[in-house]
Amino acid sequence: MTDWPGLERFLATDPNDVGCEQALEILHVYVEAVLDGSPSSAADRYPGVAAHLAACGPCDDDFRGLLRAAEATS
Amino acid sequence: MQPRGVSTALDSSAQDTAAAETVGLVSQGGERDAESAEWIRTLGSTGLVREQALARLHELLLRVARNELHGRGGQHPITGPELDDLAHQAAADALLAITGKLSGFRGESRFTTWAYKFVIFEVSTKLGRHFWRKPTVALEAEDWDRLPDRFGMDPADHTQGRALVDAVHRAVDEHLTERQRQVFIAIVLQGVPLDALVIQLSSNRNAIYKTLFDARGKLRAALAANGYLSMAADTAPVASADEDGGRRS
Repeated sequence: MTDWPGLERFLATDPNDVGCEQALEILHVYVEAVLDGSPSSAADRYPGVAAHLAACGPCDDDFRGLLRAAEATS
Repeated sequence: MQPRGVSTALDSSAQDTAAAETVGLVSQGGERDAESAEWIRTLGSTGLVREQALARLHELLLRVARNELHGRGGQHPITGPELDDLAHQAAADALLAITGKLSGFRGESRFTTWAYKFVIFEVSTKLGRHFWRKPTVALEAEDWDRLPDRFGMDPADHTQGRALVDAVHRAVDEHLTERQRQVFIAIVLQGVPLDALVIQLSSNRNAIYKTLFDARGKLRAALAANGYLSMAADTAPVASADEDGGRRS
């Protein structure tokens, strides 16, 4: 087995991952689910989005940016 | 003259209510929905009311764009007037997109959260485009010796990892399609940001991600078959109907 946990993590794929298009389509809804509850409750409600954000850096950047912006106007 | 405040939504007319019902805001009730309804009413209005709403929204979008560009400072070298110019471009383009898609707002979130999504996306796209103004990589270069660094391997273990580097290289050559290989090399070996590769390949984020997702699954299977990795993870394909060739939605 490899001693490269980074490589193993990178190559692992989650079957729940909905991809960028679907995740970004409801990103505003997901962000408010986080704000109204918690990251874990949002992930329970939208597991496919959570799986995608965990694997896609650019979409996770967008999520974090939108969360910051929405928090600032809450 | 200042834009109308959100409190004016509380005495909205029947026309305003109809507009809000159209986007599903009335049934949710509360001040939060009143604010969203007010945005829809004023942006859907005409004359001075609309101009003031556009100015107010642009101001908010510009603030978000600036904050986002500053927040992603570790990912780009842009500063000063150039950063501010990029923020203005992102805000202006987002405002145009929002006004064009106003009927697409269904009241599933606050209006501002929905609207901010557009400017966040614009920032990502513009940073991807900006990467190629001063590219630090050559797409044709393939330096496989960088692979251990890319995955945080201790340099002291590089010799030990030589066999794995060779195995990954072989799996890439033997199991990936030309497109998957191109995307893997650019993102993993050369460190090209995914949004920058989207611009370079005239594609969209979902399609590039899907290409890399499929490549990851193939490589994992190949390395597992040769005893380098366990095959514990499920590798069902990511949901996608996109072809790798269109623009990001």
